[in-house]
Amino acid sequence: MTATQERAAGKRTQITAEHIRIPVSGMTCAACQAHVQKALEKQPGVVDASVNLMMQNASVTFDPAVVTPDNLIQAIRSTGYGAELASPDQSAFDEQEARDRAQTEEFNDLRLKAIVSGVVAVLAMIFSMPLMASNAHAITGPVTDPFMLWVMLHLTPALETITPWAYRIDPRVLSYTLLLVTAAVMAWAGRHFYVRAWASFRHHSADMNTLIAVGTGAAFVYSVIATVAPGFFISHGVSPDVYYEAVVFIIALILMGNAFEARAKSRTSAALRSLVNLQPTSARVVRETEEVDVPVESVQRGDVIVVRPGERVPVDGEIVSGESAVDESMLTGESLPVSKKAGDRVIGGTINRTGTFRYSATTLGSDSVLAQIVRLMRDAQGSRAPIQKLADTVSGIFVPVVLSLAVITFVVWFVSVDVAGGSAPMVRAFAAAVAVLIIACPCAMGLAVPTAVMVATGKGAELGVLIKGGEALQRAGDITTIVLDKTGTVTAGKPTVTDFVPAPSVGRAADDVLRILASLESSSEHPLADSIVRYAKDRGLALSVATSFKTIAGRGAMGVIDGVAVMAGNKALLGEHAIDTTPLESSADELAMRGRTPMYVALDGVLSALVAVADPIKETSREAIARMHSMGLEVVMLTGDNEHTARAIANETGIDRVVAGVLPDGKVTEVKRLQGENRIVAMVGDGINDAPALAQADVGMAMGTGTDVAVEAADVVLMRGDLRTVAQAVELSRRTMNTMKQNLFWAFAYNVIGIPIAAGVLYPAFGILLSPILASAAMAFSSVSVVSNSLRLRGVRIA
Amino acid sequence: MTSTDWLVIAAGATAVAWVCRYFFLAPRAAVSVATSGSSGIPEVTITVKGGYDPAQIRVKAGLPVRLIFDRQETSSCSEEVVFPDFGVKRFLPAFEKTTIEVTPPRVGKYGFTCGMSMLHGSLVAE
Repeated sequence: MTATQERAAGKRTQITAEHIRIPVSGMTCAACQAHVQKALEKQPGVVDASVNLMMQNASVTFDPAVVTPDNLIQAIRSTGYGAELASPDQSAFDEQEARDRAQTEEFNDLRLKAIVSGVVAVLAMIFSMPLMASNAHAITGPVTDPFMLWVMLHLTPALETITPWAYRIDPRVLSYTLLLVTAAVMAWAGRHFYVRAWASFRHHSADMNTLIAVGTGAAFVYSVIATVAPGFFISHGVSPDVYYEAVVFIIALILMGNAFEARAKSRTSAALRSLVNLQPTSARVVRETEEVDVPVESVQRGDVIVVRPGERVPVDGEIVSGESAVDESMLTGESLPVSKKAGDRVIGGTINRTGTFRYSATTLGSDSVLAQIVRLMRDAQGSRAPIQKLADTVSGIFVPVVLSLAVITFVVWFVSVDVAGGSAPMVRAFAAAVAVLIIACPCAMGLAVPTAVMVATGKGAELGVLIKGGEALQRAGDITTIVLDKTGTVTAGKPTVTDFVPAPSVGRAADDVLRILASLESSSEHPLADSIVRYAKDRGLALSVATSFKTIAGRGAMGVIDGVAVMAGNKALLGEHAIDTTPLESSADELAMRGRTPMYVALDGVLSALVAVADPIKETSREAIARMHSMGLEVVMLTGDNEHTARAIANETGIDRVVAGVLPDGKVTEVKRLQGENRIVAMVGDGINDAPALAQADVGMAMGTGTDVAVEAADVVLMRGDLRTVAQAVELSRRTMNTMKQNLFWAFAYNVIGIPIAAGVLYPAFGILLSPILASAAMAFSSVSVVSNSLRLRGVRIA
Repeated sequence: MTSTDWLVIAAGATAVAWVCRYFFLAPRAAVSVATSGSSGIPEVTITVKGGYDPAQIRVKAGLPVRLIFDRQETSSCSEEVVFPDFGVKRFLPAFEKTTIEVTPPRVGKYGFTCGMSMLHGSLVAE
């Protein structure tokens, strides 16, 4: 036994150990292996470590309370070898699995108990009939409970004909049998109510279990006394009625409600679960010349992975060779497959559709896009919406208040029946008090908001909209104004050549002018230059190298290409060199009016062409802005561009208001100004340049490119660069707020109306009184209805 | 009204008073100070069973603290623990220990609750 194992044996009794496999790179010999193993064993909290040279990994059993996987990675790296966790944020995945397992077990357990106790309840009801009949002979009291009345009027005569033998059984035998059966149901199916109620009680707190335990417990004790010493009741003029069937019925109905609730609650995290399931378990890695299937945990940065059509991309990376269309819908909500070629990024978890490609793994483990989304979703689902405050406050005092109300109900009933000279004050007071305890449902209040947040964030993820929490969701529902950054948001953020106009009577072919211009621009680093180079290359033109090159800041560039002196720039630049621009000026003005940036080109001092560059508007922008308008939102565009260009884009897309010439830090001021006009502002930007404005806005929405998930300043991350998702985010938030309000209203109204009815406030005027059995049915389904209402959000169609 | 009525009223009033006193006014459960764990970070084990025990933990402001939640029941009421101030919500598997590390930024009281805000505990940073 090694020292580690000894330590492990000693410790095993008191700690929960976790196991992890970490890929280790750089080990070449047995000495390396021993070195790494020693370093791991020295870590506090490590129970057992074994390093495998062949597999190039370390297998570690550790106490998660003492040491984290990150500590272990650091320990390995400190020895000079490489280590990296590939499985994306295992904790999120494991947690989801553990939760699913617990929920399934809970559901199965509750279902079994609910079915068995339900059957017992029906039998108990049948055998209580003869008992009631015999008690009715002992003392005749009025039946006030509508349920019992119905039972006596309709069920009893029917039973008397169907099971006449039951009426011949000795009532004492019947009541003792019911006592035993009820005690058995309470001890088996209802056990957790009493255990949990007692545990809470010891902590000076009370929950739903307290109410059920006190309610059914009181009914049971009352019945036991009536069974064992019926004479005591009869001597006080009270029928020795028993409530065994009520106790069993209440337990059965509440268990049934809990089972439905467990099932419905597990559905609220369906979206998160399906994201977790996207993670493939193995990858086909190229090792030497062979393709080897390895577990995804042992993939290392830089590994080349092969993906065939129909397969899932195992980890994030960049394509090295091959081409394909990749279905990214599960992560970005983009319904059409995205075509990918060498140099493009692919995301782990997406599905390769058409071709085979090889790619190099880049981000692994908790840095991967999928892990980031899962983490973000999990955090979001755990956050609280401000609207929940009231519900939280009420939940905190709810149960003790209901206990007090039950006592008051008992006292009021007892005294008023007694004073009025009515019969059996004890029985009526008791039934009403038990009904109050049973009907009260704190769960519905606790579930109203969190279930809606869970379902809505999941729905958002399906649409490619990651909402960072309940608060963001709530604020997004109240937005009145949407501020859009122009570049990269309304427009593609990638300038392209829109027009190339050769000057009249130039002695060269248009393509030749373009080739010379593009050759000049290929030496420039200006963003517009890049668009001209691309334009020429797309036409198949071979570029030359400039022999001399000079940029004139804010004006243009000049140089010599293949012996020709080239100059490209604005009117001012050409004017300085006495080149006449008049032949093309009208075209230039017209292009500028349409939001394009015109540039003159002169070859050997002669005006030769006009080239116009523009950042094209995204195809979806116009439709998206129309949708925002139809939702009653005002749309403002901020841009650093000149007024002309900005106006042109605004006109084309239907934007209401334009603020042009805004410097990056001016965006914050503009958002503040709009907020000062009592507007609730959402800022949509790329998340990098716009971070301060995103943070300033009531809701910051970062338009990602599908890979930047962790935008700190944003409340909402839009996974694809489609402006329509902004409208979707607002729409989803509005609907979610509605659902939350409905849920809260229902949860409060249910208790506010249900408790007084159970207490009997309607009795003096209408003679309406609830039996504890009806109360338990109402209670069981009030929380189910709240969860079901939240689940309706899943099916909402958001265009 | 008969003497029985008065008796019932008196008993009822006593019961209500007791309920209010027991649940609202009684001193909250034990206070505990996080002690240094084997990794050097102060830690405290909180038993989760119908409530949090201890329910109040004294910690140092600005320093991380490791809270080991030992959930000794299957009641779904306590299956999650939420720290609203830290934006943390964690699932606590039944009969397992779940470690949560938080750093209270400054002096003050940081509450934690179950997923439905029925069970309460707090960190008192000083």
